[in-house]
Amino acid sequence: MYGGGYIFEESKNGHKEEIDPVKLERFESKIAAGEKIEPADWMPFEYRRQLIRMIEQHAHSEIIGALPEGTWITRAPGFRRKLALMAKVQDEVGHAQLLYSAAETLGKPREVMINDLISGKSKYSNVFNYPAVTWADTAIIAWLIDAGAIINQVANSKGSYGPYCRALERICIEESFHLKYGHDNVVFLATGTPVQRKMVQEALNRWWPPIMHFFGPSDKISVHTETLMKWKVKMASNDDMRQKFLDMYVPKIWELGLTIPDPKLKKNDETGKWEYTEPDWEEFKRVINGDGPCNKERLAVRRRAEEKGEWVRRALMKDKEKYTVPLS
Amino acid sequence: MSLKSLDPRITREELPDVPDNTPLKDIHHWNTFEVFHQSKTGGHHIHVGSLHAPNAEMALILAKEQYARRYNCVNLWVVKTSDILASKKEDEEIFETTPEKLYREASGYKVMEKINKFKNERKKG
Repeated sequence: MYGGGYIFEESKNGHKEEIDPVKLERFESKIAAGEKIEPADWMPFEYRRQLIRMIEQHAHSEIIGALPEGTWITRAPGFRRKLALMAKVQDEVGHAQLLYSAAETLGKPREVMINDLISGKSKYSNVFNYPAVTWADTAIIAWLIDAGAIINQVANSKGSYGPYCRALERICIEESFHLKYGHDNVVFLATGTPVQRKMVQEALNRWWPPIMHFFGPSDKISVHTETLMKWKVKMASNDDMRQKFLDMYVPKIWELGLTIPDPKLKKNDETGKWEYTEPDWEEFKRVINGDGPCNKERLAVRRRAEEKGEWVRRALMKDKEKYTVPLS
Repeated sequence: MSLKSLDPRITREELPDVPDNTPLKDIHHWNTFEVFHQSKTGGHHIHVGSLHAPNAEMALILAKEQYARRYNCVNLWVVKTSDILASKKEDEEIFETTPEKLYREASGYKVMEKINKFKNERKKG
């Protein structure tokens, strides 16, 4: 699931990269021709830096994203749903593995990434700082958050960095199971008893604001964004992806007789664009910077797991072995 | 005070309620392995990605979990990344040769015209 709403960093002030114009020309024309960049290829420092940041955030989101759903495995209603949820959570952790490998090929070791996550230095998708209060929350997450992630990931899989694209292709195939599984759960509740309908409606009400935050704030139009788009690091604007999501999923939500908690939400027939209440970006900023309902819990759980597993990793470690960066 | 969670199992862990920003203790990596996957008998083994493992046996177990948990797979290989010798990117020109390589290809050999001409001449003769 779960790549979305990346926060790209503006170039560090004063950092002027000395770029060989011939190499840059070759690099950019390769990308323009639709060719992929591979780990051993020459690339500008800024390209490498932004990609590491993006892929790493994506990997962290997968691993943290497994937590709100993971807590429901023991309480899943029925054996088949328990099996399916276990499979989904395993997929998410597997996606993190694939993405960490892709980021490693750019030169940032995995242990350093995990350390940056646990010590609060790196970000992950903001939606996972919210709790899954009932079983219906897991259904909404699996359907709509994964749907958002698919839109983002399908776009990114057409990007320029080979290892990331390959990981995403694999990931997207598995996501399609998550989406169907989530939809199935939502449909079951929405077409069920009044209590079940109420449960899924309340979950939708809770998750709608985070879903609208999911793709991130409107992109500032800047030279910086233009360069990232030219280099095919960023593949679509946050607003375009949000529009695409609304286009595909609002009708599917409405057909179940569910209400979306935004009185302004409607499609403008003239412009073909969705109109909605502007999401609360102050809250988004506050939560992403640590002050959300679950930030502390997510990182504390992750840290505890890392600490508990340390003796196993150490016991199997061979001192003479030297770490090698994965090939692709 | 410890952290209260909606999940009783997490509450029972008695996790600290204040954010802990201390870095983890320094621990080295397990090594990396490259994974090759054969989706059906008779097919090639194809590279599908890499993983971290302490040894080859563990790499194989993790490769099954990571790359073969659904869809067809009949065989897996794992190879230590450091054991792979790859051609250098800057040596890419070693693959550049003359585009005129018809002499290496079946389509570079056309004899029918000659045979027909020969047969016609014999008939006349």
